[in-house]
Amino acid sequence: MATPVLDKVEAQSAASPYITVTFRVRRFNPEVSDEATWEDFQLEIDPKERVLDGLHKIKWDLDGTLTFRRSCAHGICGSDAMRINGRNRLACKTLIKDINPEKPITVEPIKGLTVLKDLVVDMEPFFQAYRDVMPFLITKETNEPTRERLQSPEDRALFDDTTKCILCAACTSSCPVFWNDGQYFGPAAIVNAHRFIFDSRDEAGEQRLEILNDKDGVWRCRTTFNCTDACPRGIEVTKAIAEVKRALITRRF
Amino acid sequence: MKIHKYDTVIVGAGGAGMRAAIESTKRSRTAVLTKLYPTRSHTGAAQGGMAAALANVEEDNWEWHTFDTVKGGDYLVDQDAAEILAKEAIDSVLDLEKMGLPFNRTPDGTIDQRRFGGHSRNHGEAPVRRSCYAADRTGHMILQTLYQNCVKEGVEFFNEFYVLDQLITEVDGVKKSAGVVAYELATGEIHVFQAKSVIYASGGCGKFFKVTSNAHTLTGDGQAAVYRRGLPLEDMEFFQFHPTGIWRMGILLTEGARGEGGILRNKDGERFMEKYAPVMKDLASRDVVSRSIYTEIREGRGCGPEGDHVYLDLTHLPPEQLDAKLPDITEFARTYLGIEPYTDPIPIQPTAHYAMGGIPTNVRAEVLADNTTVVPGLYAAGEVACVSVHGANRLGTNSLLDINVFGKRAGIAAAEYASKADFVELPENPESFVVEQIERLRTSTGNERVAELRRELQDTMDANVMVFRTEQTIKTAVEKIAELRERYKNVAIQDKGKRFNTDLLEAVELGNLLDLAEVMAVSALARKESRGGHYREDYPNRDDVNFMRHTMAYREVGADGSETVRLDYKPVVQTRYQPMERKY
Repeated sequence: MATPVLDKVEAQSAASPYITVTFRVRRFNPEVSDEATWEDFQLEIDPKERVLDGLHKIKWDLDGTLTFRRSCAHGICGSDAMRINGRNRLACKTLIKDINPEKPITVEPIKGLTVLKDLVVDMEPFFQAYRDVMPFLITKETNEPTRERLQSPEDRALFDDTTKCILCAACTSSCPVFWNDGQYFGPAAIVNAHRFIFDSRDEAGEQRLEILNDKDGVWRCRTTFNCTDACPRGIEVTKAIAEVKRALITRRF
Repeated sequence: MKIHKYDTVIVGAGGAGMRAAIESTKRSRTAVLTKLYPTRSHTGAAQGGMAAALANVEEDNWEWHTFDTVKGGDYLVDQDAAEILAKEAIDSVLDLEKMGLPFNRTPDGTIDQRRFGGHSRNHGEAPVRRSCYAADRTGHMILQTLYQNCVKEGVEFFNEFYVLDQLITEVDGVKKSAGVVAYELATGEIHVFQAKSVIYASGGCGKFFKVTSNAHTLTGDGQAAVYRRGLPLEDMEFFQFHPTGIWRMGILLTEGARGEGGILRNKDGERFMEKYAPVMKDLASRDVVSRSIYTEIREGRGCGPEGDHVYLDLTHLPPEQLDAKLPDITEFARTYLGIEPYTDPIPIQPTAHYAMGGIPTNVRAEVLADNTTVVPGLYAAGEVACVSVHGANRLGTNSLLDINVFGKRAGIAAAEYASKADFVELPENPESFVVEQIERLRTSTGNERVAELRRELQDTMDANVMVFRTEQTIKTAVEKIAELRERYKNVAIQDKGKRFNTDLLEAVELGNLLDLAEVMAVSALARKESRGGHYREDYPNRDDVNFMRHTMAYREVGADGSETVRLDYKPVVQTRYQPMERKY
């Protein structure tokens, strides 16, 4: 035998306590109908599995037309942000047991972005807001150093939290201001501006602050903390936005 | 159908593709075609670091790094390529820092470095701190930094465009790249991209295994596209099994955990790696550690009621160190296993991780049509390629390095070629293969299901061509794959639409996986020795007399339309290191 081990793993997962859950999924396919509808699917699933595993069971064994984005399946790539039981989460980071499988589990696309098919939304406005804050290091020196630029661990720590962003849009699409007015930059773009404004190596903080001082900028934030609750990376988004607001007032960063 | 014309087309927007794009966009009109949004690429899942002999924290030099790479690859590494990798590592890391990458820092403010498997001081004396890192999210930081710089340079992306075919035109008896054919996910439209240069940077193919650290989207599309057009694939039998995947799920837990002091233990609490690798212990190369884990399990010292895993023990490390250096993987343990790594050891098992083999290239990233002939205008870099810097087993932190060194080289070389070359004429009806493939799948009334065939493929790969292989198990895999390829002809899909038809693309991806699985199994059957990631229980020793050579696999189509894999071999480039017995 090559690897008897895996047979045992199989045996164990077969013996694990499967439960029956209902996935209530928001369906929309403009090739078929202009109306979005809810559709229920009954699944046998191990409660330790992910919502993404449930969606795969539907797609692979019940209805191949169900459409959603996914890739890494462990919360790193940011493809599968969805509204699950009314809250923005990554389907691959949400275990069935953690969201009350007794009741139907609702799965809908994230809000505030145009739905293209089922759980797939148009991400372009989201990435446009990201590009608008100049999300790249800008330095003014004419002669680049031959070695690395120095940065103390303390300076590096100032923007550590906002480097974790995976651009999944869970925060931006949980923001009531963004729902009501698609012009607002949204939390994710501000998080990515923060990541450079507070980087000691960067020299374009003033420019970024001016961009965010715009009428569609950081002042639109109403501090509802939805973004912080939604972030699958645990970034303190509202705090980062507050730090940008403070930097705009004090011009110190 | 739409036709586009670009100087350079890059297929894939992970680390290698975007590193190439930053160079080629400055020099030539470039389009990047990617089946995902760029920041979704699997480079972002890499954790532990990127090797470079910066010597920021202790004595080190690129020659030691070269030696470790050659030894780590069990001497199947092309040594000229390994020298380039280790030398250019230093500038690659500094390039990324200048682009803004937030590396962890030493108290002096320089880039911090940590230990990693197989990286040693002075040719194996002791572990050395060579891995430049950003907590346990180095790949994420590299992917983000490269994307940021692509935005800065105005790189033109075609997101959610699947490249399904490589166009080749023979000009005066020479096969030249003419462009690619892509399928637009949003609309179902077919696009032909005529290009002077094409760079493949489309990543690996680990999804033919079940327990894998690879993303669902790593289906070998680039390898399959060139292989179907008669170009070879090199060393496909060599696949890396990373020692520490989360038990049953396969999610990667970085080797950096052991670099920070983590220890592997069996059910008796024994630090078993001391037996197998007295000097490097838990930091021996990945193939050695994965085999050791399965040896413990087979001999009855595995953990849990089924005895089917071992533990990664971090409980002796201070919680502050785990929070600062390993925040993501400790969170994975909490999220997916419900385990607190401060106090509980983490159940792990080896997980299919990385293809050492791929599209053969020379050190200029030019794709080879045979052992020596370059395909003008065709380039490859990163996991899709085989330079070969990884030989029979890649060292940890050398893949993030590979994508940066050879991604940059590919971007420069492709753009420079495009500045001098003319467009190659497109073949007649360039879209015909893709149109036929798509329509066949969309209209098929067969009775086979994609998910079922994929499950059976993954089961047979896990059971038969994983860490331990024999003639018997590989033959079982070859037969099963042949059966699945036959059944694939009757595969049908449910979604017949044009818009975001991921049902259709999963069927296409399965076809690619089946092609590559066949190449892998056939290559593995012929290599009657054990070397690096390819371990044959029936031939447990390395055989330098007969097998110190790269496998080159070609697709052969018989007069009756039947397909077979033809194997040929290519010499290994040796410069300064003679093969020695490999001990850690």
